[in-house]
Amino acid sequence: MSFILILEQVLNGLQFGVMLFLMAAGLTLVFGVMGLINLAHGSLYMVGAFAAAAVAGLTGSFLLALIASLAAAAAAGALVEVTVIRRLYDRDHLDQVLATFALILIFSEGTRWLFGSFPLFLDVPAYLSGPVTLPFGIQYPLYRLAIIAIGLVVGAGLFWLIARTRIGVQIRAGEADREMIAALGVDISKLYTVVFALGAALAGLAGALVGAIQSVQVGMGEPVLILAFVVIVIGGIGSIKGALVGALLVGLTDTLGGVFLPRLFALMLEPADAASLGASLASMLIYILMAAVLLVRPSGLFGGSA
Amino acid sequence: MKLLKSLAMATAVSTLALSAQTMAAQAETKIGMITTLSGGGAGLGVDVRDGFMLAIEAAGRDDIVVVIEDDQRKPESAVQIADRMIQSEKVDIMTGIIWSNLAMAVIPAATAQDVFYLSPNAGPSALAGKRCHKNYFNVAWQNDNLHEAAGAYANDASLKNSFIMAPNYPAGKDALTGYKRMYSGELAGEIYTKLGQTDYAAEIAQIRASGADSVYFFLPGGMGISFLKQYADSGVDLPVVGPAFSFDQGILQAVGKAALGIKNTSQWNKDIDNAANAAFVADFQAKYDRLPSLYASQGFDTANLILSALDKADVKDQDAFRAALEAAEFDSVRGDFKFGPNHHPVQNIYVREVIQEGDIFTNKIIATGLSNHADAYASECKM
Repeated sequence: MSFILILEQVLNGLQFGVMLFLMAAGLTLVFGVMGLINLAHGSLYMVGAFAAAAVAGLTGSFLLALIASLAAAAAAGALVEVTVIRRLYDRDHLDQVLATFALILIFSEGTRWLFGSFPLFLDVPAYLSGPVTLPFGIQYPLYRLAIIAIGLVVGAGLFWLIARTRIGVQIRAGEADREMIAALGVDISKLYTVVFALGAALAGLAGALVGAIQSVQVGMGEPVLILAFVVIVIGGIGSIKGALVGALLVGLTDTLGGVFLPRLFALMLEPADAASLGASLASMLIYILMAAVLLVRPSGLFGGSA
Repeated sequence: MKLLKSLAMATAVSTLALSAQTMAAQAETKIGMITTLSGGGAGLGVDVRDGFMLAIEAAGRDDIVVVIEDDQRKPESAVQIADRMIQSEKVDIMTGIIWSNLAMAVIPAATAQDVFYLSPNAGPSALAGKRCHKNYFNVAWQNDNLHEAAGAYANDASLKNSFIMAPNYPAGKDALTGYKRMYSGELAGEIYTKLGQTDYAAEIAQIRASGADSVYFFLPGGMGISFLKQYADSGVDLPVVGPAFSFDQGILQAVGKAALGIKNTSQWNKDIDNAANAAFVADFQAKYDRLPSLYASQGFDTANLILSALDKADVKDQDAFRAALEAAEFDSVRGDFKFGPNHHPVQNIYVREVIQEGDIFTNKIIATGLSNHADAYASECKM
């Protein structure tokens, strides 16, 4: 077990966490501001990835692909908000879950109808491919470093948006008291559409960034969606800061647990048993983390009194 | 006018009744296919279905009905669909399951209810050995087989210190068991990943730190795409070996150049030289506008095996139909095809290399890895 391996795994955990943050930020905003459980958030992630793959295939430019993913996911988000989601704000959570689950099926089948069942090709651009050498002689893929950087920049931008701008004030006010800000003359339905599109764009960006190193295929969003829910529950629903801390915690726990638990078991068991038992336990680890956080702080790390 | 209307109605109803009668009069064979048509493993199920239906449609028989359902790679939905197919649709034959964990959940229950099950893909070791069944046939391979050939290839390529990796589910365990059965070098590491995992950064870091001289991995579908892209980008340049599942036709297009030159093992490839295979590859391309994968070839062979047995016996006469399946007298796209005593294939397994033909990435056979290879569990099977 070398120091370098541990450092490299910490970087991997950070990168995974930052990617989760992009997903969870939109989810937690939508839940916090509108009180809506949006299961279709994973589909917006998929829309972003497919838009990026399609545009990269046509133009060959990764930058254009990223812009396309933001635009496509935001447009899909705004469209869905205006046509479907808007009718759900006053309904209870079960109706919201059912309706947004239906949206998942519609998005998945629609994407399959447009692009087929086989994964699409989206590659890391040449200027970001290959490894770089970091201090202590760590070889690390440049692209993953770029994901960490983009995620942190987007995170900083979100904090600025929420803390310093007029729309941020409205979003925070919307979280605190919906009726009151409507009474103060803020166009609440426009605000909702903007917040929803913003969350969708972040999910789409995450999809495109990850699509370049994973496979762009129908249904890619759902596993990430589950983790994003874990993140916002740990972080406290509605809190961007909570989403960031929760995402990094989940990313690090999942990565480090997956690597080191099997090794821990290997001290006591046969290698094959240790590998399989360690892998099984490692996949439960984030849920154990979630349960532990909820025991100590029932509304999440940065949750309000809701 | 009114009279005319009711007359027309009566005629329509009686025609309907008549056609229902003729349909019932024919001894109909009902085939239930449960396969993965959505989610991360959809490419595999779609290939099996398309290969299967290509053969069924070519046969042009109107006494065969195929019911196709999507299991979404979820064991619980596969079990529900299987119950419905057996109990209310009364299927005679079932097929289609891709994933071994789903196969373990469905097949023993189906064969216990006197339904024939012909697997076009999953071949878990448990069903080849102690829990084999007279109504269960595997037309593809026992799970270990391709991995055994890869282990043998690793010895030939004088790889001495492999890092091996597979998902944590029955076929993943069979895979690493199969590789280790033939491979005689050391192991630099052995990891089980999550089924459906898409990020392999942590595993790649372990490979880098392990001092291995080669990597063996079994990651079918989207998992393989993710791993290969990330591996190519990581700067680890150890040689990679795998089974065909990690380098099938669906994966290669999404991976691109990163896979060129990699050796992998398969019981089938599009360049196996026989008339049935040449026709299959041409017809598949003509109909679906893409190259067939090994999964498509397995679906195609499964359908042709069923058709050959139906020519000889009625599926309702179970003993005669079983004997006809065991004889396996059909033109397999693999060339010679025969079953061992536990109803699993005894077949050649080839070593392939990933090449580029124009814009298309595909495989070509470079050697025969194992000849007339049977699985290791046949002796445990008491039928």
